[in-house]
Amino acid sequence: MTSLPAPSAKKLGLVIDLDTCVGCQACATNCKEWNTSGHMAPLPDHHPYSAGVEGVWFNRVHSYEAGDGEDGRTVHFPRSCLHCETPACVTVCPTGASYKRAEDGIVLVNTDICIGCQLCAWACPYGAREFDEDQGVMKKCTLCVDRIYNEHIPEERRVPACVSTCPANARHFGDLGDPDSDVSKLVAERGGMELMPELGYKPVNRYLPPRRAPKPDAGPPKDAGPLPSQITNPLLRWVDKVLSR
Amino acid sequence: MPADGGATDRIVYSAPIGDEVKTTTCYMCACRCGIRVHLKDGRVRYIEGNPDHPVNRGVLCGKGSAGIMTQYSPARLQAPLKRVGPRGSGEYAEISWDEALETATGWLKHIRETDPKRLALFTGRDQSQSLTGFWAAQFGTPNFAAHGGFCSVNMAAGGLYTIGGSFWEFGEPDWERAKYLMIFGVAEDHDSNPIKIGLASMKKRGAKIVSVNPVRTGYSAISDEWVGIRPGTDGLFIMALIHELIRTDKVDGEFLVRYTNAPWLVVRNPGGADDGLFARDADGKPLAWDRARGAIAADTADLSPVLVGEFTLPDGRVAKPVFNLMAERYLGEEYAPEAVAERCGFSAERIRRLAAEIADVAFNQTITLDIPWTDVWGRKHETMVGRPVAFHAMRGISAHSNGFHTCRALHLLQMILGAVDTPGSWRYKSPFPRPIPPGPGPAGKGAKPNTPLAGNILSFTHGPDDLLVEDDGTPLRIDHSFSWEAPLGLHGMMHTVIGHAAKGDPYKIDTLFMFMANMAWNSAMNPLETIDCLTQQDENGDYVIPHVIYSDAYFSETVPYADLILPDTTYLERWDAISILDRPIGSAHGPGDAIRQPVVEPDRNVRQFQTVLIELGARLGLPAFVKEDGSPRFKDYPDYLTNHQRTPGVGPLAGWRGEDGSKKGVGEPNPNQLQRYIENGCFWRHHLAPEESYFKHANATYLANSKAMGMQGQSNQIVLQIWSEPLQKFRLAAEGHGTKQPPEALRERVRTYCDPLPFWYAPLEQQQHDTEPFPLSAVTQRPMAMYHSWGSMNAWLRQIHGSNKLYMSRERAAADGLAQDDWVWVESRSGRVKAQLTLMEGVNRDTVWTWNAIGKRAGAWMLSPDAAESQRGFLLNHVISEWLPSQAGPRLANADPVTGQAAWYDLRVKVTKVAPGEEGVTAPHPDVLEPPPDMPDPPDILRFNAGGQKP
Amino acid sequence: MNPAPSIIFFTVASGAGYGLLFWMGLLRPLGLVPQTAGFGVLTVGIALALTMLGLLSSTAHLGRPERAWRALSQWRSSWLSREGICAIATFAPAGLFFLALAGQSEWLALPTGLLAAAGAAVTVWCTGMIYASLPTIRQWHHPLVAPGYLLFGAFSGAALLATLAAFWGAAMAPAAIAAVLGAVAFVLKRAYWASVDAGPPLATMETATGLGFIGKVRVLDPPHTETNYLLREMAFRIGRVHAAKLRRIASVAGFAVPAALLLLALLTGGAFAGVFAVAAAALVTVGLLAERWLMFAEATHTVALYYGAGEHAP
Repeated sequence: MTSLPAPSAKKLGLVIDLDTCVGCQACATNCKEWNTSGHMAPLPDHHPYSAGVEGVWFNRVHSYEAGDGEDGRTVHFPRSCLHCETPACVTVCPTGASYKRAEDGIVLVNTDICIGCQLCAWACPYGAREFDEDQGVMKKCTLCVDRIYNEHIPEERRVPACVSTCPANARHFGDLGDPDSDVSKLVAERGGMELMPELGYKPVNRYLPPRRAPKPDAGPPKDAGPLPSQITNPLLRWVDKVLSR
Repeated sequence: MPADGGATDRIVYSAPIGDEVKTTTCYMCACRCGIRVHLKDGRVRYIEGNPDHPVNRGVLCGKGSAGIMTQYSPARLQAPLKRVGPRGSGEYAEISWDEALETATGWLKHIRETDPKRLALFTGRDQSQSLTGFWAAQFGTPNFAAHGGFCSVNMAAGGLYTIGGSFWEFGEPDWERAKYLMIFGVAEDHDSNPIKIGLASMKKRGAKIVSVNPVRTGYSAISDEWVGIRPGTDGLFIMALIHELIRTDKVDGEFLVRYTNAPWLVVRNPGGADDGLFARDADGKPLAWDRARGAIAADTADLSPVLVGEFTLPDGRVAKPVFNLMAERYLGEEYAPEAVAERCGFSAERIRRLAAEIADVAFNQTITLDIPWTDVWGRKHETMVGRPVAFHAMRGISAHSNGFHTCRALHLLQMILGAVDTPGSWRYKSPFPRPIPPGPGPAGKGAKPNTPLAGNILSFTHGPDDLLVEDDGTPLRIDHSFSWEAPLGLHGMMHTVIGHAAKGDPYKIDTLFMFMANMAWNSAMNPLETIDCLTQQDENGDYVIPHVIYSDAYFSETVPYADLILPDTTYLERWDAISILDRPIGSAHGPGDAIRQPVVEPDRNVRQFQTVLIELGARLGLPAFVKEDGSPRFKDYPDYLTNHQRTPGVGPLAGWRGEDGSKKGVGEPNPNQLQRYIENGCFWRHHLAPEESYFKHANATYLANSKAMGMQGQSNQIVLQIWSEPLQKFRLAAEGHGTKQPPEALRERVRTYCDPLPFWYAPLEQQQHDTEPFPLSAVTQRPMAMYHSWGSMNAWLRQIHGSNKLYMSRERAAADGLAQDDWVWVESRSGRVKAQLTLMEGVNRDTVWTWNAIGKRAGAWMLSPDAAESQRGFLLNHVISEWLPSQAGPRLANADPVTGQAAWYDLRVKVTKVAPGEEGVTAPHPDVLEPPPDMPDPPDILRFNAGGQKP
Repeated sequence: MNPAPSIIFFTVASGAGYGLLFWMGLLRPLGLVPQTAGFGVLTVGIALALTMLGLLSSTAHLGRPERAWRALSQWRSSWLSREGICAIATFAPAGLFFLALAGQSEWLALPTGLLAAAGAAVTVWCTGMIYASLPTIRQWHHPLVAPGYLLFGAFSGAALLATLAAFWGAAMAPAAIAAVLGAVAFVLKRAYWASVDAGPPLATMETATGLGFIGKVRVLDPPHTETNYLLREMAFRIGRVHAAKLRRIASVAGFAVPAALLLLALLTGGAFAGVFAVAAAALVTVGLLAERWLMFAEATHTVALYYGAGEHAP
């Protein structure tokens, strides 16, 4: 039913570290290659070798600049389904195809019954819904539901494809409903952010903000050594310096 | 109650990924990560990083993860082709392999029997240079290289002639321990995943990362401090840092004395034949001035040298220690922060602050490891003490005509800080360090018909005698590498080959044989000029380059200009060796190498280039490729990898040697060697013992073991070279000493740029034309998802980067009356391109840039002619010139005067708004390329699904 | 939001159809419209045709129209599901109403007409709520949106009814109702625009990315260089000048002028009334198409923020 289940204790989700994401797109393409033959297969690409190429991707990496000039920062920003606790994409669905799992909080689409009305895409503030115009059904991030419980995959790699491939260790997976989980601790430590909390969707995924290095002092530190005026010939210091192997 | 979609959703939680998994090595870029390829019904289902692999440790980048689309691209060539229309027309006929090989053999046999140097073999982004270079030497032509001269020879030469290693392949930051990392000109760059893994781990530890780069993307984006330098001024900044460190006495004197040539005495005899050479004893050992004993051999264990002063040697000559000469130079006013600040684009205070920061970490935050080790003098040390400041640099420094000296300056900075192969600093990757320079001079002199060249073609000049020149100074190589134009041209100069060949400078060639080099597009400095050369005809209507053979797996822009196409396999269909003889995958933790194995069968009439080359070698009767009876010595490439021995016991692969596979490095061929690699995930590595892990240039245990494993021929200390004597030898020749003399037109150039100490000069191109009308520097960066690859045949990657814009500082644009999305002309002294503008904050105010190699020629790569790549993508290459501005004397490459490195970052441009009506499509826009015959029709909808659960 | 023709046509046509049905169901028992079988069949027939065409048109928007029946299952949470159920449920009394009118069965016409009227009102309310319930689009998530749908449906239905009735020389009541509703619609739409224009954006690039603590956020590079589904659907932008022009067309030509024409029809009566009513109905159609187009074109979705295509703060 597209009414939401009672809040699950287990809230599987991602924690994305904007401080280390270098924007390499590994999460995007690895997600694509996993999922195009995965639970929601295929993820089609229209006009793949001509103008207007356009495909279904569950993960898209934006690049932003925040702040002005040298004081600003370039931030790479992967965007995918946040597996919200109160997702309107589920409640607006007229068919029940869009649903949130009671057992782990994953938001999925049953593509066998989706009619492709696309209302869920309108209802998602984060742009997580990806319409497969070829099959006429809505698709989305599955949190790699066909990986994370997959006993054919070594336990330590039973995480979403985007997490296992990320070279910059910018993606973490776990139970955000468990305050003692590694991801919850990371969120607590680093001030993990909810995106657009004002909309009330209660996203499970969190973003770790870029760390701001303290602005260095303008001048040289106090122990920077003698000022130019104090040294007539710096080389002279070396004449009597006793050095040995 | 309405049904829940979840109740009926068919989720298969625990299906096997595929029915088979094979390991191999990625080739989507030059990083050489280990991959696990999952196959389902013979098709690639999923490619992931191999968790056991030392390079990528289980991760895989955006390109590697898109390998499926490279494997199944419709742009894959289908069969051998011979040209039947004019070059460029795309008119081809499919031929058999037999005919293809016969044709090639016919051309090549004639060349070899008459004048072998008339074959030019250039192999682009080749990872099998130990074979291709060896093959060229066997053929007898000196005209061989890969694309290193275009890419990063300044880094390689700068490093190998200074510290016996270099950034990227021959060294890496101590990712586990460094507390401060400064990277120069590293966008997405060599090497990809290790840098990402390393940066993330450093950030986790709270280390500081400073990125010096005109553009704030990629690694600069996540650095703690971005220094938005003006392109080409990195050397000034580095030398200003050195200035500050010496001025404030933040110098690791002990390190300099122990491990560098800082105490060595340099003869001061202006005008003399020995000026600037090291003072040596009767045994040829360099001398130092000992406080108590005067001039003694510099390698004396208990040396206590004086570093400053002028000393009279026993033979009456006057000499100064290297340190003294170095300090004098960098204390000069021209390297004071105030003097360089404006040119670099930031304040003198900032330079001083950064110098102080570096010094603070190096000298106040040292790392001590309780690891005993023994130095080359046999002395035991209880601990390893390190200065945790690391540096890494790549093409932002490399691709300038002052890059060699800039790179050397950076290594000097490391030495001054005592931060070479110590805990927390930059470390050598095995098998480096190697002697400085690492090998003998390059082969290529005395090329004769039917005769192999002895030695390596791409090797190391020690002085004028090693140059490949005629007596009058005329280059012996078609690319002019190792001539007076590029005396340290270690990687060749691929960017000049076609231009010189067309002009017959210094001679005409017969056959241009290329592999994996998109020379008619993004791999050329100026593509349209290159195409002109490839299609130029003489008065008889014959092409001035009579034969062009090209091997590539895809329909690139270069394919239509070849006479004979040898279609290669994809990276998942081939054998390869990431060879210890070439560019292995060693790390600071020990040597290693790797292989590629075919994980899918080709479904086309294609053969891998290396196997073809080996067969050609046999057909031509090249001695190393035939048995005594003239029959082929090797069946194919894997056979060669297993059984070829370069010297007794040393072959392409170092692991599992010896008949039973028990030997490392040196041992007889092992018939099961490739199988052993496959069983181990397609790689081999040897772990260094803790006592071998640092100070490798002076670590007795490391050096002895390295020699025993055949990694190098000696185990002496590798003394880091601040003062470079080989350079001084070239300079002396330019001053008139010796029999090998540069041509008059080059004399002053050689004298100036073969400076034994690094110095900064404005990039050559900028010195030689009026830059006033061209106020902006223009550079490119590789986007991470397209790094070190140029194929837009990948349906996924081309969605991420299908077109490119010109990026400009928002502030600068406002001042110049330009706005977001304006269409502009980007004009240099040699041409103009049209592009669309986008504005940003994080770019040096005097710099514009774009993503490289996104723009494609219409029709190539099996993209429809209206594809974004040709409509809204552009190549900056069109405004880069291959040659320096015309002047008296020979035509000279737009390249580093020492190494021949292509100087594509020296470009200066102006940017102006297009006339109304010119918007919408980028320019230049050469004719649409016609695909070869029998290429598959690209689909309009791609529904790739290799075994999905809901088809 | 992308003003998809299928949805615009659907909402305008079904709104008018349900409006017509509503007023027939309500006014006929009161004797305020012609009581003949011919008028009844024509009017209710047109109403049914419009609603059915509208529904058909809406399925054109579906990726899998053959599965449309599945949309009826989630009435507990989904306004779209509710709309579908109500629309279908309304066909039952509406169909019977049609038959009753054709067969002159007054005993059946009264209850079925009233039930159809009620069904029409609820269906249009549901349509309005589909939009009004979306928290992602502030121009839709607004208290005047669902009432607006109801009002515009009633207005266009009444105008249509007046036009039809004019041919029977009996347009007085529907024309009067339509004139009043037109005036109210004009006021409501103006009030709505004033309200949404003054309202702050739901979110900004700074809150959408969480990066506001660093400073102003600007796009450097989009994830892909070509466009995509989300951008085409949800980042539609309309120029301010163009929007202002369309607003004038919608409110003046669509609401104010028809109201005035209908008033004229009331005053003149006879053949002139017919001419005025026809003109009014035509203008209402044009105006409502413009209104509905704007309803989409001016709606801003938060996802556009990620592409730097968000609205600017007023």
